[in-house]
Amino acid sequence: MTAAIEVRDLHKSFGDTEVLKGIDFTVAEGEVVCVIGPSGSGKSTLLRCVNRLEEPTSGTVLVEGVDITDPEVDLDAVRSRIGMVFQSFNLFPHMNVLDNLCLAQRRVLKRSRAEAEATAQSNLEKVGLADKAAAFPAHLSGGQQQRVAIARALSMDPDMMLFDEPTSALDPELVGDVLDVMRRLAAEGMTMMVVTHEMGFAREVGDKLVFMDEGVILEEGDPREVLANPQHERTQKFLSKVL
Amino acid sequence: MRRSTRRRLRHGALYALLLGGVAALVLIADWAAITSNFFDRDVFEKIWPEIVFEGARNTIVYTAIAFTVGLVLAFVLALMKLSPLAPYRWLATAYIEFFRGLPVLIVIIAFAFAVPIAFGWIPPGGPRGAAVMALIVVSAAYMAETLRAGIQAVPKGQIEAARSLGMSPTWTMISVVIPQALRIVTPPLTNEFVLLLKDTSLIQVAGVFVGQKELTNFASDSLSIYSNATPLTAAAVLYLVITLPLTQLVAYLERRTQKAR
Repeated sequence: MTAAIEVRDLHKSFGDTEVLKGIDFTVAEGEVVCVIGPSGSGKSTLLRCVNRLEEPTSGTVLVEGVDITDPEVDLDAVRSRIGMVFQSFNLFPHMNVLDNLCLAQRRVLKRSRAEAEATAQSNLEKVGLADKAAAFPAHLSGGQQQRVAIARALSMDPDMMLFDEPTSALDPELVGDVLDVMRRLAAEGMTMMVVTHEMGFAREVGDKLVFMDEGVILEEGDPREVLANPQHERTQKFLSKVL
Repeated sequence: MRRSTRRRLRHGALYALLLGGVAALVLIADWAAITSNFFDRDVFEKIWPEIVFEGARNTIVYTAIAFTVGLVLAFVLALMKLSPLAPYRWLATAYIEFFRGLPVLIVIIAFAFAVPIAFGWIPPGGPRGAAVMALIVVSAAYMAETLRAGIQAVPKGQIEAARSLGMSPTWTMISVVIPQALRIVTPPLTNEFVLLLKDTSLIQVAGVFVGQKELTNFASDSLSIYSNATPLTAAAVLYLVITLPLTQLVAYLERRTQKAR
């Protein structure tokens, strides 16, 4: 079976700074992989290379067996199958929640208005915000905005979801609602790659935990195992600070 | 002396100075000359309502045409300036810097006289048509910079969100970037509109036919005819009637954007 995401010898430099120094890893279908590590370790860059929001310098990224670093690949088609959730939500502020969810369904998937709105409404119910369809993003709390952003990504019926520190910009009391939504998504079998600082979530929901530092993967394995028994000295140091 | 007393004295002195100044102006002023030269009822009745139906109307028509066409041209220039292809960027930059660096009057004279004489070109709409085209060409250069700044002020995360949903660069531009950019540039564009409205007073150097005079031209010609400045006063009031609501609108819009952030 082809992996959902397979990264081989991935390098990424910004100018003279090498941020990713040869990354190899895979996410199997239905797997939840959490990526942790200190800031500047390259974990967000890695995630952003998976849908080519960042252009890899070298190496290959296979999404469902398709090499997305191939210049001939239909990137928009690949991206429409990969949901992405950002730290800063990035809802479209000039549209209400329903239109946020319908825009790409209509433009990319060419769904009819009725079909798009039905999908949008069912995804809003899924994230517990069915009553906010007409609201504008500015009138929602951060936690609600992030749940709308998740619903927007889900409305494209993606095969997998990428989360880039989805709870880092939230007030602590709002984090739980977002994690609940992600937990339910994982339970439904969604393939997920999550860059996070939420160790509790990683331990409880993750199938695999990846620890990155200075552009390389230092350790990966069962989350409970890695968190309880870190092998590498730098992993131990990092975990002692965040746990 | 106590600090608060000193402050009260200082303020008192400033008020006294102001009152004294105003009183002196009122006393010195030749009220009879001011009234008869700037506020003459008979002269006013001679130019009313033509000053509105010809002067103000033409001012608004010239401004509207120059602004609308200029905005379209500005939009093309802004997109060129953001193009990934270097020659397009160079071309747009050259255009913008060239026309922003010149006095509007030079460009109007070039369009109205130099080009017609050199190439036998007959401008559509006559000399004033040439002048309006000059205003279009110049205002587009200014508005292109405004639009470019507006487009670039849309947060990068917005584009990333749209692209990550699989939207093409074109659709991202049309449905995500431009609507937000337009909101950002509405206040500066309104300012451009006001500047353009005032610049239409330069059209008269091209020479216009009967019925084509804009507000300033109408007023200055009437001033010569009646040897009286009342038409100028009327024109000034009419300009303010148009521009003040617009500048107030800008202030309101700016307050609203501040609140939304």
